[in-house]
Amino acid sequence: MTTTPSSTDSQSAGNDYGTHPGARANGIFKGLSTGAGVLILVTLAAVATFLLVEAWPAFVSSSEDLGQEVSFIKPEDGQSLMETIGFLVYGTVLMSVIALVIATPISIGIALFISHYAPRRLAQTLGYLIDLLAAVPSVVYGLWGVAVLVPFLNPFYQFLADYLGFIPLFAAPESGEIFTGRVAMSAGIVLAIMILPIITAITREVFLQTPVLHEEAALAMGATRWEMIRMAVFPFARSGMVGATMLGLGRALGETMAVLMIISPGLTLSPYILQPNQHNTVAGYIALQFPEANAMGVSSLVAMGLALFVITLLVNMLARWVVSRRSEYSGAN
Amino acid sequence: MSKRIDINNLNVYYSQFLAVEDVSLSIEPKAVTAFIGPSGCGKSTFLRTLNRMHEVIPGGRVEGEVLIDGVDLYGKDVDPVTVRRHVGMVFQRPNPFPTMSIAENVLAGYRLNNKRVSNSDAEDLVESSLRGANLWDEVKDRLNKPGSSLSGGQQQRLCIARAIAIKPDVLLMDEPCSALDPISTLAIEDLITDLKDQYTIVIVTHNMQQAARVSDTTAFFNIAGTGKPGKLIEMNDTTTMFSTPSEKATEDYISGRFG
Ligand SMILES: Nc1ncnc2c1ncn2[C@@H]1O[C@H](COP(=O)(O)OP(=O)(O)OP(=O)(O)O)[C@@H](O)[C@H]1O
Ligand SMILES: [Mg+2]
Repeated sequence: MTTTPSSTDSQSAGNDYGTHPGARANGIFKGLSTGAGVLILVTLAAVATFLLVEAWPAFVSSSEDLGQEVSFIKPEDGQSLMETIGFLVYGTVLMSVIALVIATPISIGIALFISHYAPRRLAQTLGYLIDLLAAVPSVVYGLWGVAVLVPFLNPFYQFLADYLGFIPLFAAPESGEIFTGRVAMSAGIVLAIMILPIITAITREVFLQTPVLHEEAALAMGATRWEMIRMAVFPFARSGMVGATMLGLGRALGETMAVLMIISPGLTLSPYILQPNQHNTVAGYIALQFPEANAMGVSSLVAMGLALFVITLLVNMLARWVVSRRSEYSGAN
Repeated sequence: MSKRIDINNLNVYYSQFLAVEDVSLSIEPKAVTAFIGPSGCGKSTFLRTLNRMHEVIPGGRVEGEVLIDGVDLYGKDVDPVTVRRHVGMVFQRPNPFPTMSIAENVLAGYRLNNKRVSNSDAEDLVESSLRGANLWDEVKDRLNKPGSSLSGGQQQRLCIARAIAIKPDVLLMDEPCSALDPISTLAIEDLITDLKDQYTIVIVTHNMQQAARVSDTTAFFNIAGTGKPGKLIEMNDTTTMFSTPSEKATEDYISGRFG
């Protein structure tokens, strides 16, 4: 950069090391990619600033004032702004965790099948199908959840409550209430299907990158395929699997439509995932209340959005950090 | 412990491609047999058929017989996983498991057969295997460090320790020194000479001097041209092979007048 020739004269004057034909394109590309990087940072900062500025009025006004002004904030019923945020964050995390518990083992199983068990042709087809799952809009998942999945699952919920009802998680609805199936469990299952593709895709990539060298080392000493996977593939892929799971969690946390359509919402901190009117998510709640909200109401909703933003950001940062630690493991040679 | 291997009319294919054609030879127990030959003539391919590792490669298959002390490796009731527990293998590039400690690397294969290993047994096995691989003195103070923290030559000896920890009948080595410096190479050659008291050893090498130094018997493979199958040209006592080979091609290859 420091030795740009000032004229053709200085070039012909004998400096053969000044510039080269690719320099210009390289400079342009550098500018473009730096610009793109900066743009992302600026956007992120703008979103964060917007959230803070908009949420500020709701944060600073007293609980009573807010209760007077905003229809859905009811401090007298234990639903002040902070309490509501608490319930919603709890509901969001609860359903996302249900989704993860279901989706992670299945995704890893599918990914392993694709990378290490299936014949090549079948593996490819299966890979495409999984990617297709990611292309289904979430409204469609919501519709399908309500129309097909919930009626299908409801008998299982009754069965679960009958036999495992002594575990609080699976407690049956209060007498008088019926099993509707429109509960956190259903939302979690639909979320699980929605995050399955991303977890599968990432873990599959990581599994495929396992060095053949290490796989053969395991096989050559008489490991079965499963033993080889445990010896060579999992240790290599561990952080990739954690990272993939967390990216899936990030997606589940922000999902709105499907949950909104499936669940009968409620605001509690209850563990009863088979009971309706117990839980809601931040995103679902915002979508529900937004159309009717006045200025202060919007400010309150933005405050909830800010909470979701912070959680999602933390989860994604943690995921990136875990994935980046992989370089330490990639190991020998 | 050590066993003889008889190979009868073996063809090896990758899908439709015939890589090695009609090889028949015998490998003596308690001796070192070297395979030499130009690149691409199928030495690795052939070596891998001796513990069915070629089956790991898509399309890899054989026709013919491989008898280990009379038992056909490709017989009906033979499980390749079990075969590999009896016929160990060391690869061209050292491949210890990077996330395992040195000690765990040595135990890795042993643990496959013995789910529960008492601490003292494990320590004994680690020590005896590492001693067997001439590595004990160099690593005894850092057994819990990762296997990837060793030098290339040490890693290769760790891989040998790992292979002998499961007490195989046969040890296959595919160019075990080609990634190593001359000093590590000598260390491994000494080790091979020690190990042949207990094991049947088969080694692939591109290094004539190495074949001459370590092996008792040498087999020369050659290939007529690209796309043609590799064939066994000649097999004999190493001293005879290197002084008075009976085939012209062998003599040309050994004296460097090749291709
Ligand atoms: N995975 C594979 N799939 C298809 N063909 C293969 C595969 N590996 C090797 N071959 C072919 O088989 C033939 C023998 O290869 P092989 O690796 O056994 O040779 P080699 O004698 O070990 O050579 P080198 O001395 O270079 O290691 C070659 O023609 C090679 O192209
Ligand atoms: Mg080879």
